Amino acid sequence: MSEIKFNDETLAMVQSIIKRYPEGKQKSALLPLLHLAQAEFNGWLSSPVMDYVASLLNIKPVEVYEVASFYSMYNLKPVGKCLLEVCRTSSCWLRGANEIVEHIENKLGIKDGETTADGKFTLKTVECLGSCGTAPMLQLGADFHENLTFEKVDALISEWSNKAEHSKYLDIDTFRKN
Amino acid sequence: MSKKILLEHINVPGINTLAVYREKGGYASVEKALKTMAPDAIVEEVKKSGLRGRGGAGFPTGMKWSFLAKPEGVARYLVCNADESEPGTFKDRYLMEKIPHLLIEGMITSSFALGANSSYIYVRGEYFYIIKILEKAIADAYEAGWLGKNILGTGYDLDLYVQAGAGAYICGEETALLESLEGKRGNPRIKPPFPAIAGLYGCPTVVNNVETIAAVVPIVNNGGDWYAGIGIGKSTGTKLISASGHINKPGVYEIEMGITVEDFIYSEEYCGGIKNGKKLKAVVAGGSSVPILPAEMILTTASGEKRLMSYESLADGGFATGTMLGSGGFIVMDETTSIVQNLHTFARFYHHESCGQCSPCREGTGWMEKILHKILDGHGTIQDVDLLWEIQRKIEGNTICPLGDAAAWPVASAIRHFRHEFEEYVKNPAVIKEVKHYHNMHNLATA
Amino acid sequence: MAKVTIDGQTIEVADGTTILQAARMIGPEVAPPTMCYYSKLKTSGGYCRTCLVEVSKGSEKDPRPMPKLVASCRTTIMDGMEVKNVTSEKVIDARKGVVEFLLLNHPLDCPICDQAGECQLQDLGYEHGSAKTRTDFERRTFDKINIGNKIQLHMTRCILCYRCVKVAEQITDGRVHGVMNRGDASEISTYIEQAIENDFSGNVIDVCPVGALTDKTFRFKSRVWFTKPVDAHRDCDKCCGKVVIWYKGEDVLRVTGRKDQWGEVEEFICNTCRFDKKSTSDWTIEAPTAISHQSVISANHYEKMVRPKELTLNNIKPIALTEGDNK
Repeated sequence: MSEIKFNDETLAMVQSIIKRYPEGKQKSALLPLLHLAQAEFNGWLSSPVMDYVASLLNIKPVEVYEVASFYSMYNLKPVGKCLLEVCRTSSCWLRGANEIVEHIENKLGIKDGETTADGKFTLKTVECLGSCGTAPMLQLGADFHENLTFEKVDALISEWSNKAEHSKYLDIDTFRKN
Repeated sequence: MSKKILLEHINVPGINTLAVYREKGGYASVEKALKTMAPDAIVEEVKKSGLRGRGGAGFPTGMKWSFLAKPEGVARYLVCNADESEPGTFKDRYLMEKIPHLLIEGMITSSFALGANSSYIYVRGEYFYIIKILEKAIADAYEAGWLGKNILGTGYDLDLYVQAGAGAYICGEETALLESLEGKRGNPRIKPPFPAIAGLYGCPTVVNNVETIAAVVPIVNNGGDWYAGIGIGKSTGTKLISASGHINKPGVYEIEMGITVEDFIYSEEYCGGIKNGKKLKAVVAGGSSVPILPAEMILTTASGEKRLMSYESLADGGFATGTMLGSGGFIVMDETTSIVQNLHTFARFYHHESCGQCSPCREGTGWMEKILHKILDGHGTIQDVDLLWEIQRKIEGNTICPLGDAAAWPVASAIRHFRHEFEEYVKNPAVIKEVKHYHNMHNLATA
Repeated sequence: MAKVTIDGQTIEVADGTTILQAARMIGPEVAPPTMCYYSKLKTSGGYCRTCLVEVSKGSEKDPRPMPKLVASCRTTIMDGMEVKNVTSEKVIDARKGVVEFLLLNHPLDCPICDQAGECQLQDLGYEHGSAKTRTDFERRTFDKINIGNKIQLHMTRCILCYRCVKVAEQITDGRVHGVMNRGDASEISTYIEQAIENDFSGNVIDVCPVGALTDKTFRFKSRVWFTKPVDAHRDCDKCCGKVVIWYKGEDVLRVTGRKDQWGEVEEFICNTCRFDKKSTSDWTIEAPTAISHQSVISANHYEKMVRPKELTLNNIKPIALTEGDNK
């Protein structure tokens, strides 16, 4: 296995993020660092990746596993290149979220939580994303796709069928350099 | 006419930029506070204003601020709770997206009032694009000298940082948020001690909602008395309401406290009435955790008065006939809505979001969801409905944090006001086939 | 000092004392049951909610009752406070609920569980639970995991009291296990299969209130009520060396820390004492361990225990009930 290491630019950002907290409180950087790791290492957190993050923050690996497994946005298993996260809590449900989920399931031939055989798409139903006024909606990487219709979903799927990169929530451009 | 304070300039093109925000009088509160006011005087103004926490609990902000311990030589922190996750609520997101500098200005003025030199805005992880917007706005504010060392030459230093969450409703609970900000699991702390005594890194800390912090800006600019003159009774000022569900105009509205619920739902200025000309069936007025009320109870109090959009009026009648203003997450349901199915989405939500620390919430939320699932599957019994009632009763009040209550109240209120619907489901499973299983009746093609 | 009244009994205690500590000072008749609190572990308690009590009077200064039941293990007494434990219907009702929640996903496999007979959940269920379960859903199950060659984790039985995590954090120098996931999917785990290797790791077995963490060197050797506990000690360079050795016949089946009347170990012991010293000759015998008459452990054989005639320091084999040397 190749060595797990952030690229230099990310490492510089890691140092800048750690400086946001008082001395000795570098563990505070864990959540942002896991986001960066997920973005850089194929959209999920393998245990070697988590061990690497632990070493950067000088904390025990188990502290990282505990945290990574607590939050729903960290993927502890590989996901498809395009992760479709469809909200289905009340307001979205009221405006047709279940039909959207069903439509995607039929279109991609997968069920909630599954990945297509070609590794392109993963469908995940999620709980309220704070987009209730523009329901139904789905999140794809950092983007909210709102007021969904079947047509919008179809367009999104065909757009992503041809993409080579991974969808991701954030990259180092998200953060201000202190 | 609607009273716009926070959203006064919402439609000004470029209001999201520092330049335009400044043109419209932005950052005046920082100048006024840092140059002309003592920190305690600001706290006094906030107290006078009657501002109450806009995250959901409605605790008086000035009082919360005055509890902050100030031991010599110990850092104090202000943390903004932007972990907006209560189903039905999206006002903070709107505010941060459209006028990010209002929040930043509020953070500076409030941090000065509290004596904090490092402050954090904890944003729910899913709002990544908001994080980007805030990071950019903060960078601009640093560049213009509103943040950093010796702000406006007053000797006051402030660093402001954005922290990204990673998907956990529970981090909206202030002590869970602090744990998360410390890089830990979002497990609520056992209180006391309260954050005002031992919060972030064990230091005295105030945690305030986005809208609360934003409201500090006009309060400092115009005075606490001015703010207290707006609204009704102890519900002073304006409130951002997130309106969603079966209405013609979903969105975020700033209302003066005290307008009628009826006006809010039916007037063109706000929700614009029920979609597709249907009848109103029920409303969840303050985010998923507050009790659901049937149409007649949300519009009129038990004493026959028109119900108002205010803390007191919405709570009138207690849980028997009332509800709560909560976070202002206003979810409207039309006559075709299955209350049981909607409840199932809430129960699933709380099951998914329970942190798992304490046994009533960890075990009870999952149990309630399973029973509701069973009822929706057509295998429920009357005993199951009673059991649901029993379970929520055993959770409420017995947990470490309010998530237990938040999970219990929707179940209790749905059974209290719509028991007949549960009974219909268990007595006549054919109903389920008619009300397409788990799905609602709305055809997306007409959306 | 502050006065507190619990179920009608008043005691004066030092400031900063918790309601639970004060109740324990009065005695077991008013002490609330605990599943997660452990006086020897810092920050323990607050999770299980079995020790909820009603504060009917806040203090002399502010006599208002507290609006909700409070966790007695994490609530500090105030002067003049009045607390209701078993005299409060609300408490009894809530506690019954808590027991039901704790048992919701706990397998009722006591007949094949090694902890039976010394299980705190069993006792709690007996005293505060219902005879019948109201759930018909499948319980959560997990595979058994060996965490090292001496300790087995059977997560299916875990009630997430966090004690073992706190032991690892506070008395060992390298925690490798913790709580993964969240909600009712939470589990104690090392995440990637890993041995807990540490001189004091065996204490996780002693603090576990249920049969989730068990001693592999003892598993299925005997029901605990067929064994005879004896206090013993040895000179140990790692720990206090004060233990209980559990005999069956003349075999030492296991070694544990000594527990007080609340079921908490008095002092933590090291793995050498626990796992490697299984001969009578390793120990200096003190006396039969005092066991509550209510415990099933005292129900069998115990009265036939032969008290050692004299105690000497070295290599004594005081209990020879049958022939043969167990070396």
